[in-house]
Order: sequence, then structure tokens, then C-alpha cells
Amino acid sequence: MKDKIIDITLWQLLSAYLFIVILTVIVRWRGIAREKEIVIGTLRMTIQLVLAGYVLTYLFKHPHPVLTVLILALMEAFAVYNVFKRIKHELSAELRKVVAVSMIAGTLISLLLFNYVVIQFTPWYEPRYVIPIAGMIIGNAMTGVSLGVNHLVEGMEKQKDLIEAALMLGASPKAASKELVDRAFDSAILPTINSMVGMGIVFLPGMMTGQILSGISPVTAIEYQIAIMLGIAGSVAFSVIIFAQYGYRTFFNERAQLK
Amino acid sequence: MFELTKIVYKDILRFDELTIEKGKVSILTGESGSGKTTLLKLLNHMITPDEGTVLYNGEDVKALNPVLHRRNVVMLQQMPAIFPGTVKDNLIAGLAFSEKTVPADAELEEALHTVYLKKPLETKAGGLSGGEKQRLALARVLLMDAEAYLLDEPSSALDDETADEVISSFLNKAKKKHKTVVMVTHSKRIAAHYADVNILLKEINQKKRGQSHEG
Repeated sequence: MKDKIIDITLWQLLSAYLFIVILTVIVRWRGIAREKEIVIGTLRMTIQLVLAGYVLTYLFKHPHPVLTVLILALMEAFAVYNVFKRIKHELSAELRKVVAVSMIAGTLISLLLFNYVVIQFTPWYEPRYVIPIAGMIIGNAMTGVSLGVNHLVEGMEKQKDLIEAALMLGASPKAASKELVDRAFDSAILPTINSMVGMGIVFLPGMMTGQILSGISPVTAIEYQIAIMLGIAGSVAFSVIIFAQYGYRTFFNERAQLK
Repeated sequence: MFELTKIVYKDILRFDELTIEKGKVSILTGESGSGKTTLLKLLNHMITPDEGTVLYNGEDVKALNPVLHRRNVVMLQQMPAIFPGTVKDNLIAGLAFSEKTVPADAELEEALHTVYLKKPLETKAGGLSGGEKQRLALARVLLMDAEAYLLDEPSSALDDETADEVISSFLNKAKKKHKTVVMVTHSKRIAAHYADVNILLKEINQKKRGQSHEG
């Protein structure tokens, strides 16, 4: 058994769906109308992962720079779309642009640093590395930016009077929104910091668990996990700071008036 | 100091001419929704008219740096905005925003004295009553030593007696320093007492009858 992973048979895998059956029974018993979402969620997760499995198998067998770049572009596009979907407020076209640019710029900077300074693999487009690392970096930046956008937009709505008062007292738009921008940044990076605090004690992260299960030594798995956590923190920080620095400006016009 | 010509702003304001004189107290009266606040916001360039020009000391407001302009023409909102922190934090907020030197505590206390607010500087501002907040906000703009003060119903949360004391004390200070004040008020008494010039918005505004907007 040592260093050898147990191959899960189809029946074993199907038995894991028992958890969803239990979940469905619980929500029905409690009268919480969520059965539809649970079924859709489970189906989507299954189909998406099966498809991803086939796509990844193909990509790993036929590595090509164009394919890797294409997958990266798809991931970025999906992440940006997901941020828009997660925001409860209506976003202006200008703010949407800032979200897209900050997500793409922030994650690409981190990805370049992580892949070619920290891990240093060749060729540069090796999908076995680029795709899972990009997935983690882009996914976490997406969560961070969503939180930041929500905080900023909500703050701009709720604290409009305070911001207007600051402008009337001679504040520049930057000074008038500084506190709000700082809080949006803080709220966006806090979950990443908290997850670093609990890591290894409260929970073992998915990537590390996966590597350990597939037979890699825990020490190597931990090295990767530490590196990726730092990369994630960096990408969240880059994306959110770019968003915060440009996002607040979309609420003012060139005459320093609130739109 | 301000010359407004051929002004149109949405369907709230429409008039041919209005001049606001330097060093005078101009009191603006009109029904609610008649565009009083909108008019003040045109003066400090918080909004831009759809048509017409606003001149400040002979210069088109559009050509001025809006942030620097608002440091010369400070406006107090009708609902006083109180920033998180103490009375002192709030008193110096305007000076900090406009990158001016913060004076010693004695001067801050004197500003509180002018508006009859007897609270220690370290008091949490969030716990003040509506009337106290209004006076704190008034003291804050006074400290900014601007060229013109735009006051939007600065005594709406005060009883008549306190309103009289606070407004007369503020205006005395302003007049001594030859400041220009444009004040919106519902109080006929205050208008009668303190106005050098009375501006009745109803008389100058030519917007269509029956249209009413808060602003």
C-alpha cells in the first residue's frame, strides 16, 4: 500500500453521492427549499469536473503554448464574469472595466513571478504546472476582488453623504474615499490572511491533500503549499490594490463631482 | 463675488441672472424642493449647470480647479455629516482635507464656543444630539477660514433661541473678517434679522409650475 494510491472504482465513487442524498433529506425535513440548487450544483460539479479531466488529459499529452494561453484566457474571462455575477449591486461599465483589468493584471503578475521565479519550470507553457497554479491564483483573486468590489460599491452608496461632505470641505476624491478604499482592500485580503493562520492546524488545504494522496512526500507537498499560499496572497493583494486604486475614481467625474 | 447667467439645471433651476455680492450675508428662501440646495451646489461646483455660466470673482467656475475652489467656497450640508472619531477629529477634518495647518486646541475650543457647543474636544462625536452635530459641523466650516460660506439650513435642528445665538455669533465672526455668506433658511425670522440681501428663489426661478424636486 505504501506510496500507492487506491484507485476508486465507479461504485465506490457513486457511494460518495450518499452524502448528497443525506443533505437533500435534511433540507427536505427542515423545509428549506434548496433541493433544486443541491441537485443542480452536484450535477454541474460532476459534469464540469469530468470534462475538465478529459481536457486536462488531452492538454498534458499534447502540450502547446497556444493551448496553454487559450486556457489561461478562458480562466481569466470566466473569473471576471464570475465577479460580475457575484456582486449584488449594479456596476457601471467603467467599474466593470476596472474589475477586468485589475483581475487580469494582478493575476498575471503573480503567475509570472510564481512560475518563472519560484518554481522555474520549462518549457514555460508546461500545462501540468501552468493550469493548476493559474487555477488557484485566479480563483483566489476572484474571491478577493469580489469582496473588495462589494465593499467599495456598498460603501459608496451608504456613505454618499460623508463623501459629499468631505468634497465640500475641499477634499480631493482620493482623500474623500481613502478610508473606504482602505477598508475595501482590508476586507478583500482578510480571508486570505485568516486562511494562512489556520493552515496546517485547522485544515489541510486541497492541493496538499491531493498531492499526499497521490503519493508525494508530505514535505514536498508542504513546500508547494507554502509557495502557493504566498503566491495566492500576492495575487489577491496585487489584484485588489489595482482595483481599489482605480475603482474609486469611477464614482467621480473629472470635475471631482460625485456621479 | 458670484455671477450666474442664463442658468438651466435639469428641470430644477432656470433663471437669467443672479449676483451674490462679496462680503455680504445673502439669505436664500423658497419652498422645499424649489432648488435652494441645488443653487448652493452650483456655487461650489459640486454640480455643473446644463446651460449658463457661474462666475466666481470674474472667472468661470468650470475653468477653476474644483477641489481648490471648494476650499475657498466651503459648503455645509443640511444634514450635518459627522466623521468617525472625536469632536476634535471632526473639527479638524476640513482643515486636514484641504491640507491646511491644524491650529492649537485653544483655537478649536474657541470655534466651539462661537457655536455655543460646550463639549470637551475628546468627546465621541457620534454620541452628540442632532442639534449638537449641526453646531459641530458649523464650527468645522468656520475654522476653515474660507472666502465664502454656503450654509444649507444651518439651524434646522436648533430651537429658536439657540438658533438665534448660534447664527448671530457665526455671522458676526464672518462679517468681521469680511467673508461672504450664502445661507438657506426656512426661518423668516432669521432672514429678517440677518440678511443684507434677500434672495427669493420663487421670484427668480422660471422652471415650469407644478414641477417640484428635492434638491
